Amino acid sequence: MAKIVIDGVEYEVNPDNNLLQECLSQGLDLPYFCWHPSMGSVGACRQCAVKQYRDADDKEGMLVMACMTPVTDGAIISIEDEGAKSFRSDVVESLMISHPHDCPVCEEGGECHLQDMTLMSGHNYRRYDKKKRTHRNQYLGPFINHEMNRCITCYRCVRYYGDYAGGTDLSAQASHHHVYFGRHEEGVLESEFSGNLVEVCPTGVFTDKAFSENYSRKWDLQTAPSVCVGCSVGCNTAPGERYGSLRRIVNRYNSEVNGYFLCDRGRFGFDFVNNRDRLLEPVQRVDNTGELLADDQVKAVIKEFAASGTIGIGSPRASNESNFALRAMVGEENYYAGYSDAEHESMQVILGLASDASFHSPSVREIESADAVLILGEDVTNVAPRIALALRQSVRNKAKELADESRIPQWQDAAVRELAQHERSPLSILSPAVSRLDDVASDRVIESLPNVVAMGYQIANKISSSAPSAGASSENDEVIEKIAAQLKAAKRPLIIAGNSNGGDVIKAAANIARALHDESGKSVIDLCLLVPEVNSVGMGLMANSANSLGIALEKLASGEAKRVVVLENDLYRRAAKGQVDAALSKAEKVLVLDQLPSATTANADVILPATAFSEHEATYINYEGRAQLSFQVHQCQKQAQPSWRWICDAKHVDDLVERCCSEAPGFSRLREVLPGENPFVAGMKVPRQSHRYSGRTAMTANVSVHEPKQMEDEESIMSFSMEGMPAQKDASVHASSWAPKWNSNQSISKFQDEVNGELKQGHVGCLLIEREDSSDSYFEPAVDSIEPSAKQLRLVYSYQIFGSDELSARSKPIQARMTDAYIGLSPEDAEDRGLRQGDVATINPLGAPVVVCIRTGIKAGTALLHCGDGKISPADFSGLIEVEKSAAQSTIRGIGNLIVSDFQEEEISS
Amino acid sequence: MLTLIKDTLTSQVVTLWRVFSHLWVKADTVEYPDEQPYMFPRWRGRIILSRDPDGEERCVACNLCAVACPVDCIALQKTEDEEGRWYPEFFRINFSRCIMCGFCEEACPTNAIQLTPDFEMAEYKRQDMVWEKEDLLIDGTGKYHDYNFYRVAGKKIGGKDKGEAQNEAVPVNVRSLLP
Amino acid sequence: MTFEVGSGLSIGAILATVILVAAMLIWVERRLLSFWQERLGPNRVGPFGLLQVVADMIKIFTKEDWVPPFADKFSFVLAPAIIMTVILMSFSVIPFAPGVGVVDSNIGVLFVLAMASLGAYSVMLGGLSSDNKYALLGALRAAAQMISYEVFMGISILGVVALSGTFNLREIVLAQEANGWYVIPQFIGFVIFLIAGVAESHRLPFDIPEAEQEICAGYHTEYSGMKFGMFFVGEYLGLVLISSLITVLFFGGWLGPAFLPPIFWFALKAFMFIAFFILLRAAIPRPRYDQLMSYGWLFLLPVSLLNLLITGVIILSTS
Repeated sequence: MAKIVIDGVEYEVNPDNNLLQECLSQGLDLPYFCWHPSMGSVGACRQCAVKQYRDADDKEGMLVMACMTPVTDGAIISIEDEGAKSFRSDVVESLMISHPHDCPVCEEGGECHLQDMTLMSGHNYRRYDKKKRTHRNQYLGPFINHEMNRCITCYRCVRYYGDYAGGTDLSAQASHHHVYFGRHEEGVLESEFSGNLVEVCPTGVFTDKAFSENYSRKWDLQTAPSVCVGCSVGCNTAPGERYGSLRRIVNRYNSEVNGYFLCDRGRFGFDFVNNRDRLLEPVQRVDNTGELLADDQVKAVIKEFAASGTIGIGSPRASNESNFALRAMVGEENYYAGYSDAEHESMQVILGLASDASFHSPSVREIESADAVLILGEDVTNVAPRIALALRQSVRNKAKELADESRIPQWQDAAVRELAQHERSPLSILSPAVSRLDDVASDRVIESLPNVVAMGYQIANKISSSAPSAGASSENDEVIEKIAAQLKAAKRPLIIAGNSNGGDVIKAAANIARALHDESGKSVIDLCLLVPEVNSVGMGLMANSANSLGIALEKLASGEAKRVVVLENDLYRRAAKGQVDAALSKAEKVLVLDQLPSATTANADVILPATAFSEHEATYINYEGRAQLSFQVHQCQKQAQPSWRWICDAKHVDDLVERCCSEAPGFSRLREVLPGENPFVAGMKVPRQSHRYSGRTAMTANVSVHEPKQMEDEESIMSFSMEGMPAQKDASVHASSWAPKWNSNQSISKFQDEVNGELKQGHVGCLLIEREDSSDSYFEPAVDSIEPSAKQLRLVYSYQIFGSDELSARSKPIQARMTDAYIGLSPEDAEDRGLRQGDVATINPLGAPVVVCIRTGIKAGTALLHCGDGKISPADFSGLIEVEKSAAQSTIRGIGNLIVSDFQEEEISS
Repeated sequence: MLTLIKDTLTSQVVTLWRVFSHLWVKADTVEYPDEQPYMFPRWRGRIILSRDPDGEERCVACNLCAVACPVDCIALQKTEDEEGRWYPEFFRINFSRCIMCGFCEEACPTNAIQLTPDFEMAEYKRQDMVWEKEDLLIDGTGKYHDYNFYRVAGKKIGGKDKGEAQNEAVPVNVRSLLP
Repeated sequence: MTFEVGSGLSIGAILATVILVAAMLIWVERRLLSFWQERLGPNRVGPFGLLQVVADMIKIFTKEDWVPPFADKFSFVLAPAIIMTVILMSFSVIPFAPGVGVVDSNIGVLFVLAMASLGAYSVMLGGLSSDNKYALLGALRAAAQMISYEVFMGISILGVVALSGTFNLREIVLAQEANGWYVIPQFIGFVIFLIAGVAESHRLPFDIPEAEQEICAGYHTEYSGMKFGMFFVGEYLGLVLISSLITVLFFGGWLGPAFLPPIFWFALKAFMFIAFFILLRAAIPRPRYDQLMSYGWLFLLPVSLLNLLITGVIILSTS
C-alpha cells in the first residue's frame, strides 16, 4: 500500500495502479475519456490532467496526465488546482470544437459520458465559431447506428473492438482532425461483441439501433437487476422497460461474471418478450379451437394434472423455481429432464465432474487469468460467447508477463502491446471445424470429432502416463507433445470442453485435467465445461439421472403415463419428431406452460402462459454452478404468470427457494442469493424507476385521466415506483448505474469498492455445487466402431450465436443476423456431391432441406449442421448422414449473414 | 413618548391617508368574461407545439420537457422518419395536472413547446383535459419565427445532408491524403 | 330626563335596523376595501352587488351546522349566542335620536362596559370548547386583550363622564349641545377610546385572537354555518356599537344643523367611524401580540390616567 495526498487529504492506494484509477477508486471526480477500466491507459485525450507537486514545499507543481502517471508513495497531487482545472476546461473545449448540436436527437443524451465530463470540466459556452468538420456515416448492420460527427477521437472504439474483442473490421482512418472510425466499407460489424461499442463510446457515435427504434431516455426506463437468459454464462444485465415493452438491455457489472461487457445475443436478444405472438391467456383446446379458461377452470385443470399418472418434463431455459415447482407437483420420480438424451447423458458426466475436488470450474474473470488454454471440440464463440471474449484476454497474459519483466505497468496499454507484439499465451483449439478464436490460437487442429477425442486422450497420456491413451494418430503427434508441454508448464492451465456434441469430449477433457492434477501437484485444475442453456445445470441437478426425456416419451407412448406437463420447452427441438408425435398423440392430456407458441404448444390440450425472464423474479444456475438471482423488471401486460405460480400454491419466490434448499439435493445454498431482510434501508424498498422518471400522470391518461395506484411488489425488495432508497453506494440492489454528476454507465466506479473491484450492491452469486470427494479414476476411451461409408458424413452439430438459442431467435434484431439451417461441408465433400455454395441440399435419412455452406476449415468427412430457427432438430439425425443436392431453390435468409471475412480468408466466394 | 407620537403621525396617519387616497384611483380589475383582458404574448397559459419555418414539426421527442415537468404530466414517445428526422409518435399532456409553470418551454431545445396566452381551458369532464399531439400542434412558428433546430444540428435528415447545416464544413473525404 | 321605555315596536325596529346594518357592513367593507386596493369588490349580485349580503346569508344559513365530535357541545353552541346577545343588549342604551332608543338608563356607560366585558366569555368559551390548539391560543389572546383594553376604555371615557357629570348617554349628548363636542376637550380620551374600541372588537389591526396567518382563525377555527355567522355578525355589531359610542360620547350624537333630521346626523357620524375602521383594516398591519400588550399597559394606561387627572384638575380649577 502506498500513501498519496490528493488536495490535502491522505489516501491509501494500490501502488500498481495509475493516479486516475486510484482517484476514481477513492470516489473522487476526475474527468477522463480515453481510459477505460478494462482497457487501461493510452493517454490520448489529455482530459485527466492533475497537478503533481515534488514535495510539500513545491507550490508550482506540474501538470501530469493522471492516467499515465504511476502511483508513487508520498505523491502529492491536486485535482482542484486552478491551473489543472483550466487546462481540463480548455481540453474539453477543444474536443468539443466539432461536436454537433445534436443532444436532443442523440440516443446517448442523458447518459452521455461526454455531457458529464463537459459539465464537470466547466466548459459551458462555445467560443469557437468557425466551421465544424463533418463526416458521412456508415451502415453497420442491424445492431449499431453510426454518427461520426459526434466523435471526439478518444480511440476507445477501436481499442475495444480490435485490441480487446479481436474484431478486424473497425479501424481508425485518415489523419489529423479528419480521423474517422469505421469499416473499410459499409457493412455489418462482424464481431459478436459489437454491441459493447454502445457502452464503450463516451458519446453518441455508436448507438443501439434496436433501442433507437423504441427509444426512451435512461431516466424513463424502469430497471431491475437481471440475468441474461441467452446462454449458460449468466451475464448480469439491466433490462429497461417503458410503456409496457422491454426497450433495451445494458450490461450490469459483476466482477466475477461479465465485468463490463456482454455479447450481442445477450444485448439484442431480449425482443422476444415483446413478440406479438406471446402466449398471454390460459387456453384449452376444444375441437381444434382455443377456448379461454377462467380461474376456476384453470384450478380444475391443475387439480386433474396433480393426480397420479402425470409426468412432468422440465426445461433448461426455465428457472429453478419453475422446475422445482413442477418436480414438487408430479413427484421426483415423475420429473424428467427437458433436454435431448445425448445432452442428458453428457450432463451426467459434467455433474459427476462438478463435485470432484480435483477440478475447479472457473468464472469468466478466472478464465481471463489462465495462461495456457486448451479448447477441445467446442465452438466457444457460439456456445458461450462471453467466455470467448475472456479467452481473448487470457492470451494476453504472456504480454503482461513480459511487461512485468520489463517493469512496464500493466495499465500502460499501448506500451504493453508494443512490447509483446504477437507474443501470446498458448491457446490450443482442437475441433472438427474452424472457430472464431482461431486468430489468437497458438495451435489449431481440425480433425474429425472422434480424432479430436482421441487426441484429447493422447494429450492426457502425454502429461501423465497413468492416463489411458486412444487411437494412433501420427501427423498430430508433434502438436500433442507441444500442447501437453504447454499445459504442464503453465501456472494456471485451463481445459475447455462442452456438451454440444456428446460426452466423449468431456471425458477426454476431464482426463487431461486429471492428468495435470496428478502430475503438476496443483491442488485444483481449471476445467470449464460448457452447456448450452441458461439453466441447463439447474435442471440437470433437479432431474434424476435415470429420468431422461427418451424414457418420458416412451412412457407416454406406451400409455404408462397418461398426462404430461411440459414446462417452457419445445420437445421437437429435443427429440426426434416421430418420437414426440407418438408420445403427445397417445397422452390423454398435455399441459404446456410457455411464453411463445411452438410445435409443442400446437399439440397441447391446455396452454398456460408463462412470463418471460424480465417479468418474474427467478434464480438460474450457470455453467460453473453459480446461482444468480434475477429480479422482475416489469409487469406482464396480460394473464401470463411465472410457471411455478400456475402449478403450485407458493406465494413468493422466496418460499420456493426455501423449499428447494431443503428438498432438492444440491440446492442447499440457493437461499444465499436472496437479498434477505438486510437490504431494506429504513424499511424502504429499492425503486425500479429513477428519481427523474417522467410522465407518471400522463402515461396512461389516454385511457383514463385518473392515474391508477402504483403497482405494489409484494414479492421482492424492489418497488414499481420512484419511491424508496435509490441505488447509492450504500444501497442494496444495483439496477441502473447513476451517481451525481455521472449520468453515464461510467458511474459504475462509484459503486465498486475499487476500480474493477466488487460491487457492494451486486451479489456475485453463489457456487452451489460443493466439491467433496476426489476420484482418481480416469475415463476409459470409448471405441467408436461406426465407420462412415463413402457416401456418409459424420454429423457435428454447430451452434450459432444468432439463432441457436430458442428464445433470442424470436427477437427481431437477432433475426436480422440469422441464417437458415445450413450444412457445412469441406470443399472436397461438396465437390463429390456436386454442391456449390448456397445450393439447397437435403439431408438423408430425413430429407430435410438445408443450405450448403462450403468452408475450407471443415474436416473432410464431417458435416456441420446448423439447425436455423428450429425447423430441423439435431435429435432427428443419428451420427451419420448423407447429403444430396435438392431441387428446391428458395430459402428465406440463406447463409448471407455468416461472417464474410471468414470466407474471404478461406478464399471461397460466398 | 414624543417620538411615538411623531412616528404615529408620520407613519400610521400618512399610511392611512395614502391608502384612503386610492379611493380616487381607477380600479385595475378587468371584468372578465364581460370584457376580455389583454393577454401578454409571454403569458404562461396552455402549451402548443409549433412548427419550424419549413412547416415541419419542431418537436424532436427529446423528452426534456417530460423530465423537466414537476408534475410529470407530459408523456411522449420518440419515433423517426425514413430519413432520420426524430418526431414524437405521440405527445400527450394531462392539463388537469399541468400547473402552467413553463419549465417545459424553458427545457425545450427546439422552441417547439411554447406557452400561449390561452387560459380558458375549463372542461366538464377531466378526461377532456388530456390533449394529444394532434390537439397541440399549430401551423405556425409561434413566438420564434426563424429558428429551425435541424439547421443547427449535425444530424442528417431529409432535405439536409451532412455539411449543410450552419457552420458546417463539407464532409471529410476519409480517403484523401491531403492535409 | 325621565325613565322612558320605548314601545315594543321601536325595540323591534331598532333591533332589525342594527342587525341589518351589521349585515350590510359585510358588503360595505368588501366594497370599501376593494376601492382602497384598486379593485372592484363584489358587484355581481344585484345593483352594485348589494344583494351579495343576501347571497351570503343564504349560503351561511344553508351550510352544514357542524359541531366537532371532540368539542364540548354545550359551551360550543353557547359561545356565539353570547356575543350576539351582549352586543345587542349594549344597543339598548344607545340614544340614536331624540325619542329613538330603547331605554334611558342613568348607568348607560357602565352598562355598555359591563356588556363588553361579558363578550370576553363568548370568545373564551368558543375557544376552549373547540378543543383545538389554534382555538385555544386564539381564546387566550382574546381574553387577555379584551380584559386589558377594557381598563383603558373605561378610564378614557371618565373624562367625558366627569365633564358631563352623568353616566346617562342621552344626557351626555344633551350636555354636548351646551358645551360643544367633547372631542375637543377630550381629544386624548377620544384617541384612546378609539384604539381601545378597535382592540375590544378585535378588528384589524388588532385581530390578534383570530389572525388567519398565525393561528388559522383563532377561537372560531372550528365554527361553521350559522354559528360562525353569529361570530361574524357579532364582530360587525361590535363595530357599529363602537362607532355609535364614539358618536355619542365625543361627537355630539344626533346633534347637527336642523335641515336634516337628527337620526340622519347620528347615522352619518357613525358611518364615518365605521368607514374609518375599515380604512384601518386596509392600511395598518397587525402588530405582534406582545407589542399590543406592552403598548396598552405601558403607553395607553399612563396616558389615559394622565388625561383623567388633567381633566379633573381643569374641572376643579374652573368650577
